[in-house]
Amino acid sequence: MNNEQTIGGYEAGLFQTHRPDTWWLEPLLTGLGFLSFVIYTTWAMFQGDYYWWSAGSEGFGGYLSPFYSPLLFIEESAAGSAPLLHAWFGPWPEWMPNLIPVTPAILILAGPLSFRLTCYYYRKFYYRSYFLSPPACAVAGVHQKDYKGETALLVIQNIHRFTLYIAIGFVAVLSYDAFLSFFRDGKFGVGVGSIILFLNPIFLAGYTFGCHAFRHLSGGRHDCFTCPQGKEKVSFKIWQGVSWLNGRHMFWAWISMIWVALGDIYVRLVAKGYWTDFSTWGN
Amino acid sequence: MERNFKIWRGDAEKGEFKNYAVKLEQGMVVLDAIHRIQVEHANDLAVRWNCKAGKCGSCSVEINGRPKLACMTRMNEFSPEEVITVQPMKTFPVIKDLVTDVSWNYEQNKMIPPFKPRKKKNGIDHVMYQQDVERIQEFRKCIECYLCQDVCHVLRDQDKKEKFVGPRFMIRLASLEMHPLDIDDRIPKIKNDFGSGMCNITRCCTDVCPEHIQITDNGIIPLKERVVDRFYDPVRWIYNKLFGNGAKQE
Ligand code: SF4
Ligand code: SF4
Ligand code: FES
Ligand code: FES
Repeated sequence: MNNEQTIGGYEAGLFQTHRPDTWWLEPLLTGLGFLSFVIYTTWAMFQGDYYWWSAGSEGFGGYLSPFYSPLLFIEESAAGSAPLLHAWFGPWPEWMPNLIPVTPAILILAGPLSFRLTCYYYRKFYYRSYFLSPPACAVAGVHQKDYKGETALLVIQNIHRFTLYIAIGFVAVLSYDAFLSFFRDGKFGVGVGSIILFLNPIFLAGYTFGCHAFRHLSGGRHDCFTCPQGKEKVSFKIWQGVSWLNGRHMFWAWISMIWVALGDIYVRLVAKGYWTDFSTWGN
Repeated sequence: MERNFKIWRGDAEKGEFKNYAVKLEQGMVVLDAIHRIQVEHANDLAVRWNCKAGKCGSCSVEINGRPKLACMTRMNEFSPEEVITVQPMKTFPVIKDLVTDVSWNYEQNKMIPPFKPRKKKNGIDHVMYQQDVERIQEFRKCIECYLCQDVCHVLRDQDKKEKFVGPRFMIRLASLEMHPLDIDDRIPKIKNDFGSGMCNITRCCTDVCPEHIQITDNGIIPLKERVVDRFYDPVRWIYNKLFGNGAKQE
């Protein structure tokens, strides 16, 4: 090593470390994993078609891609779009600026995206993987002239609890979609798609209700769990449950993220006719 | 079996790595090896230690690039051919060899407003229940090894010692703020003076803590959320104006 060593035997410069292990593997894999998700989501969002399938029937039920839910407005002429009655507010409106591509997903994706981007776990790994701040523990990162952490521009991360409120709404909406997926033309049944769309809100709930902001709001903000009577408050029990989920937050973050993408891929493949949805309704 | 070591030797002015080879027996830890090197090769090698049981927090060094307690790092963690590098902690000034001057930490500690218990009601002693004690008990396991301070990139790489007290003192603050009997309000100081916003929750402190304290998840993030309550949440702000800030009156 030609680098000049400072006192203590440390070299200055990006990625300098005395760790002989593969410290770069984790930030690399998580960084690439999330990047692929972002690329797929962006692509899927701009499609504006094949996000719905109910084997051609217009009755109650059907599969809806989680990226497209809730359906605020629907452009019915798009292939593989949902019937108009599924729109919350009707057809794609005239007043919508032409700048906005005609795809229902674009109207709602900012909700879940802002939740994930301000999540304490996501922050951990993207600060490591993308900002190299630090790339890994005891590995030198990008030295900034005047490091500010989350006190300057990134103070915006403090909106996380408001994005949580939105995310809870999404869990409710996607639970209803899960319910819908067990019907086709008003008839109850089960398809592979129903199972995928059923697991989706469960994973999302595991992620959402294990959120650090939720842990704080649901009970963590109290200094005393037994005051004033010396009996456990209800919020203590809730806090314990949330803490259990929170201890596994990374797991829920990944499984729920992979699963929404899988939900979209599945509905898309089935709607395009590339894949057969095995079900009790008969194909 | 003979094992090879590369140990940094020097003082505040200059220094270099020196290589040593010593015969070790089964079950030894890195501190044992350092002691043997002292006996056989370099009796002027400086190393701070005390309990040899992972409880005094004196023997913090960096072993193969990782901040660790020398007395709790077993030799069988490493493969037999591996050369084991031992360095003084990077974040604090070197006094000699593996010994650093950690007094900056004591200065941070002094800045923290101490425990301020609420008044007894009608002369009756306070009662504390296990449910309330548990959360802060975790933080009291700290042995002040300062490995978390050493690894924290805000102090280690970004040199922001004047802006951030570091993870060890964030959990000390958490243990006081979450104390059911404490009535002091440190939240504005936590944001403005102690630098809760400087931490970007990348969790290295938690990774290195030999007491396995969940520094980030149970200490720093809850404090950040309390700061949000006070400074960044208009809804809570209005709620507190109307109904009072319940937390401190309980
Ligand atoms: S989580 Fe915060 S306090 Fe802990 S090492 Fe990272 S930046 Fe430092
Ligand atoms: S919190 Fe853990 S790593 Fe930090 S000083 Fe205490 S025992 Fe050491
Ligand atoms: S902390 Fe991850 S969702 Fe809130
Ligand atoms: S010698 Fe006491 S912790 Fe290692």
